[in-house]
Amino acid sequence: MDESVTLKKLAQKFPDAVVGTHRFRGDDTVIVTKDKIRDICFFLRDDPDLLYNFMMDLTVVDYLGREPRFEVVYHLYSLAHNQRVRLKALVPESDLTIDSVVPVWIAADWFEREAYDMYGVVFQGHPNLRRILLYEGFEGHPLRKDYPLKKRQPLIGPVN
Amino acid sequence: MGLKLSRWQVTRDLVARQKESTGPERLLDGSVILTRLEAAVNWARKYSFFLYPFVTACCGMEFMSVAGPRYDLDRFGAALPRFSPRQADLLMVVGTISHKQAPILVKVYNQMAEPKWVFAFGVCAVSGGFYDNYSVVQGIDTLIPVDIYVPGCPPRPEMVLDGLLQLQQKVKEERWSDWPRGEAPVSRC
Repeated sequence: MDESVTLKKLAQKFPDAVVGTHRFRGDDTVIVTKDKIRDICFFLRDDPDLLYNFMMDLTVVDYLGREPRFEVVYHLYSLAHNQRVRLKALVPESDLTIDSVVPVWIAADWFEREAYDMYGVVFQGHPNLRRILLYEGFEGHPLRKDYPLKKRQPLIGPVN
Repeated sequence: MGLKLSRWQVTRDLVARQKESTGPERLLDGSVILTRLEAAVNWARKYSFFLYPFVTACCGMEFMSVAGPRYDLDRFGAALPRFSPRQADLLMVVGTISHKQAPILVKVYNQMAEPKWVFAFGVCAVSGGFYDNYSVVQGIDTLIPVDIYVPGCPPRPEMVLDGLLQLQQKVKEERWSDWPRGEAPVSRC
């Protein structure tokens, strides 16, 4: 199978940032370091051969026990070229920050708030990084693998 | 059919006897019904629920089905959903209640005028259902008093109607001393 245009261009443009790539049944995956994530996203959006103008999803995966522990996953779609790419940025637990991509795609706003809410990843440069699903005063981030399964912290009423 | 016929016969005999009698009933001529006031009020209450649909999740679809023409809650007098708790006396909690929403539910309950009843519709409202996790209230009876529990995910319309009939039975047997119940017994909201 031909090497994808996306993978080739990214590897050329950001040789230091791209950690690994793979391609399975036409879907590209790029694993990158977190430092240049916003530049990479601007490049993916604006390059005339790529034009990834649709940010479909942003989420986080917790690989407890692995280093780096977290992965921020971006799913992008290019309406112009009918192409998808999955971007994985490695985030270690010791430095739980990554640049926000809200300046690139405004759609990232609530996705990043949810990712912060559930995993505690701080998106630097986000205009309004507050909890979105849970309430103020909730302690911890419940989708982390080390959040206690039976931990309850209701706003009112008994703990059960 | 037989029951109706016999009732009709009883009424006919009663009317005939009243006509024959010479007491004061003769003057009243069957225009008076004697009952306990409590029973009469309870009878009126049980056939005129004004419901407040607190719909939060997928059970809402089933609630629409029950309230719509096929199953038709109107047949039992629970016809008119009021979207203000001030005007409602039956709080239908339809769906999952998250911890974030719990203060809202309690506030709505406290805003309702008494007498008021609470109907837990679906297993999430009853016990939290399979959402045994960080975000879901494990049964609304931890927040507010519940009169009738209808489990199911979602409950069949027949179950809801049966629950409503059982609630009517409960209302019928209530005493005036059961009211007022007061505010919901949770501390802060």
